[in-house]
Parts: sequence; structure tokens; C-alpha cells
Amino acid sequence: MNSQSSQIQYIWQYLPLLLQVLAAFGLGIGMVVASWFIGRHRNTKTKLEVYECGIEAVGDARGRFSVRFYMVAMLFILFDVEVVFMMPWAVIYRQLPKITGSQWFGFWEMIVYLGFIAVALFYIVKKGILDWSTDKGDL
Amino acid sequence: MNPQNMPDLIRILPEVVLTITGVLIMLFDAALPATNNRRSLGWLGAVGVTAALWSSLIQLNLPPGTAFYRTVQTDPFSVFFHVLICGIVLASILLSLDALPANQHHRGEYFALMVLGAVGMCLMTSAVELLVVFIALEISSISTYILAGFRKHTGTGPEAAIKYFLLGSFATGFLLYGVALTFGATGTTQINDIAAHIPAASSQLVLAAFALLMVGVLFKVSAAPFHVWTPDVYQGAPSPVVALMSTAPKAAAFALLIRLLYSSFPVLQPVWQPMLWIVAVLSMTVGNLAALRQKNVKRMLAYSSIAHAGYLLAAFAGLGINAIASASFYVAAYAAMNVGIFAVLSIAAGPDEKLSVIEDFRGFLFRAPLLGTLLIFFLASLIGIPFTAGFFGKFYSFATAIHGGAVWLGIIGLLNSGVAAAYYLGFAVKVAQPPAAGSAKLPAPELGVAVGLSLALATTATLVLGIAPTRFLSAAQSGATSFLPPVISDSVKPSTDVPDLSKVRWVR
Repeated sequence: MNSQSSQIQYIWQYLPLLLQVLAAFGLGIGMVVASWFIGRHRNTKTKLEVYECGIEAVGDARGRFSVRFYMVAMLFILFDVEVVFMMPWAVIYRQLPKITGSQWFGFWEMIVYLGFIAVALFYIVKKGILDWSTDKGDL
Repeated sequence: MNPQNMPDLIRILPEVVLTITGVLIMLFDAALPATNNRRSLGWLGAVGVTAALWSSLIQLNLPPGTAFYRTVQTDPFSVFFHVLICGIVLASILLSLDALPANQHHRGEYFALMVLGAVGMCLMTSAVELLVVFIALEISSISTYILAGFRKHTGTGPEAAIKYFLLGSFATGFLLYGVALTFGATGTTQINDIAAHIPAASSQLVLAAFALLMVGVLFKVSAAPFHVWTPDVYQGAPSPVVALMSTAPKAAAFALLIRLLYSSFPVLQPVWQPMLWIVAVLSMTVGNLAALRQKNVKRMLAYSSIAHAGYLLAAFAGLGINAIASASFYVAAYAAMNVGIFAVLSIAAGPDEKLSVIEDFRGFLFRAPLLGTLLIFFLASLIGIPFTAGFFGKFYSFATAIHGGAVWLGIIGLLNSGVAAAYYLGFAVKVAQPPAAGSAKLPAPELGVAVGLSLALATTATLVLGIAPTRFLSAAQSGATSFLPPVISDSVKPSTDVPDLSKVRWVR
């Protein structure tokens, strides 16, 4: 088999994927277009305004908002990464004694790591980052 | 614990000690009531850093070697820089104990960041795997970005932090791109293996990788033309933090530079030697000429630190071991005197840094005789007057350059030292002038125990390095011998396992 025909064969494998993409786009566009033709239009000023999650569309773009949003984002990353690290550990946990040459080494490694995460959690709670009801957070 | 892993753990013992200290500080900071002034946390940090210093000395008993799958290497070179960095951080923490404003927010985090930053800086000097180097660099950088902004309620503080953060991350981006290209060109990111895997054919790629790595490292040492961040950041950051970040991260970056130059890219010496020649001359000249015109003391010292990076880089025009030893010695000498002068300035200017321009220091010697004398002493060391650390630092650096054949570099360096003497002396004269008639009498600043220890440490180091440098020079030299025999060892075969990407068939 020469390389060109194998190449074409290879690309043909992606045909179902292409069909699926077309179907997804068609469905999305079709619904919007159909509702445009079928639906009734009664435009008011409020309805035609740019809608952005309740934030007023006109004004100073440099508005200030609470630093707590960033805090939550950072905490999410912290605990997200924790799980990412635990996944592969859990998957090969049974082979760890063989790999490390010790019965409990792999276990304690993870306990040490979780200990550090626990310290972070303790710190966060004590600093009042999770306490949104009062404004006593030490920011 | 697995006993097989214990030698590995000893190889990172200082980092482990520092990490535990930092975490403990954070724990206690969270547990202590808000009214506590958290001085105990600073002392805890000082004890932890001292323990780390001692534990890195333990590593001297081990034969030089690597650990953790050849990512970390301890040798006399790494120990030299570990001791240096721990010493700097110790002096900075002691200084901060007395020099921080009484109402400083987040004191606990301040000390924790100093200690955790030290983890990164220490790891940078012993890491021999570019990805570990990158992580270490990030740990140290992020700590210093935050520390730079600790004077939150001044205009310049947040400006310093943001500038440092943006430019610093940009430079780190360059470094990371360099790491990626290095891997692409050589198929390895192990610093000691790169040399054996540099292919002659794709030298363009290697050159590009090397150039990007150099941008990242030279930014961290604030060498021209990557120096623009320095004055603004030093001006805005609290003085005790400047004492730390003008010396410790630079020491770590110079250690990395030396490892890269002599372990990874010795083949490119014909390329990097003229390059560093130019960077050295640029740094000294730009730094000194700009410093001449400064009115603000911290900005002046920032430009002077650029110039000192230039004097240091001059050493690389020399040959092999001598260059490494003189550069290491210069880092130590510069650290001693710079920590000293910023310690004096923090105490003299007070917690709110009321004295900022040179004119403010007029008559300081009469107001505070001891501090004034120390200030003049450290200025003398920065000039390079004999019997101070600065003299031998410059002497070894320029002598190495001249022995290596770069006579002109030595001459330009000496001329620059003359220019530098002008502004240092101008400041010293201002300090020694009698106070202007009718000026308000300011009280002499108070000296606490902690800051006394810090000043004693810096003064002793500056004096010892200036009067009896032999021991430290031999320590630096034994560090430099870690780079011998030449890094291309027989056990590492030139690359045959690097895939030639042009021949890989991507089509099934």
C-alpha cells in the first residue's frame, strides 16, 4: 500500500466526527433561525439591551469588586490540584510497595502531602476566608 | 520510612527544614490571636533558617552526588550558596523584626514568605534538572513579588509589586521557552547531560535555546539590558525586603548561571564569553551613569546593584575554575555589604521610611554616631576600599578577567569603579556633614537586639571577607572544583537516543 492511499484512508476515519460536528452546528443554528421565523417579535428597550449576567451594560468598566472572588478561585485551584495528584497515586497504590521497596512508604508520602493541604485548610478557615457572612475576613 | 530514601532526603535537608519552618509559621500565625505582634514568629523563622544553614553544612560530609532521580545535586558549590542564602535570609529576618512598622499588616505571612522564598532560592542552587530549576525559581520569585508590595498603603509599594510581577513572569516565560527548546535540541533537561547531547548539526536551535535561557537568568540578576525593573522595585519595596531581594535571589540566579555556563553549555564558550563581556560592560556603565544622577537613596543603590552585577559578570571573561570561584566570592562579598547597607538604611529611615533622598541624611553621623559610621563603612565597601569585602570582590573579579585575556574589560571595570566612587563618596560626605543650621532635631534611631544581631552579622561578614578572604576564597574554589572534571563524562554517550524529528513518520 503506498503512502498516499493510506493517508486518505486515515483521514476517512474522521468522517463520523465531521458529521457529528455538522449536526451539532446545524441543530444550534437551526433552532435560532427557526425561532426567529416562528416566534413573535415585540421589542422593547429593555429587551434589546445587551444582557450580561445582571451587570449594567453601560458604565465604568473599571468597577471594583470583592477580592473574595479571587480567593475562591485560588482555593478551587488548590483543592483541584490536590485531587489531580491523588488520582495517579490511587491508581498505582497496590503496586507502590513493590516500586518503593517498602510496605508503607507510598502511604506515608500521601499522608505528608495531605498534611500540607490540611495546614492550608486550617490557615484558610482561621483567616476567615470561607466566612462570607461577616466582614471579618483578614484580607 | 524507607531507609533507601534517607540519603536522598539528606540531599534536600535544608529545603525540608525551611519548608517545615515556613509551614509552622503559617500555622502559628493562623492560630495566634489578632492582637499578638507576632515577633515570636520572626524568631522562629530565624531559628529555622539557622537550622537550615547548619543542615546544609552537614551535606559537606556526603560525597558530591545527586538524588531524586538526578534532579538535585549537592556538592561544595551548592553548599557554598546554601550557606550564603541562609545567611542573607537570617540577617533579613532579624532586621525585619525591628524595622517593620508596628502596625504592619500580615506580619506572620511576611516571615513565612521570607522562609518559603528561601526554599526556592536554596533549591535553585542545588537543582540540576531544568524543570526543578523552574519550579524553584517560581517559588522564590512569587515570594519576592508579594514581599515587594508589603507597603500596601503607599503609592510606590503596589506599583513595585505589580511591575516586578509582570516583568518577572515575562522573564520566567523566556526561561521556560528556553527550557523547552533545550529539550527539543538535546532531548534532555538534565543540566549535566545537556553538554553531551548538544548536536553539532542543529546548533541554531541550541543557540536560540541558550539565548532564551540567558534572558531569563540575566533578568533575575538585573544585568543590563534587563535591568529596568530594578530602581522602581527597590524604591517601592520595604528596605528589609530590598536587603533580601537584592542579594539572595541574585545569588541563586548566579549559581544557576554558573551551572548553565559550565555544566550545560561549555561548548558555547566562544559565544557566551563575548556576550557576557558586552553585558558586563553595559551593566557597569549604565548602572553607574544612572546612579550618578539619583537623588533617592534606594534608587541610587538599585542602580549600583546593576553596576555590581556587571563587575561580577566580568569574572566570566576569565578561565574555568578561577572565573567560578571569583564570581562566587563576589556574590558573597556583595551580599554582605548590601545587606549591611540596607539594614542601616531601614533603621535610619524608620518604619515609615521618612528619610528617602540623599539630602535627608545630612548630619546623620552626628545624630547616630554608630549607625553613621556603619553606613560610611558599607559605602566604603561598595566603593571597594581595601580591608572591606568589596575590595577583594572586585580585585578577584577583575584579576580573573585580565588573566583570561580580557584586559580591556578590566580597565573599563576600574574606570567604572572610579565613577561609582563619586556617588558613594557624595553620599558618605553628606552623612558626615554637620547638620544644617535650624534643621529640626530628629531623635537617634533605636537599636533593638534583633537588628543589632543582623548588623553584626553583615559587618562581620564584610570585615572578614575584606581582611581574611582566604578561607572563603578556598571555599569558593572548592565549590568551583565541583565543575571538574569536565562535565562530558564517559558514562554519558553522545546522543543516539534523541529522535530525529524529520525522520519520524507521522502517517500511519
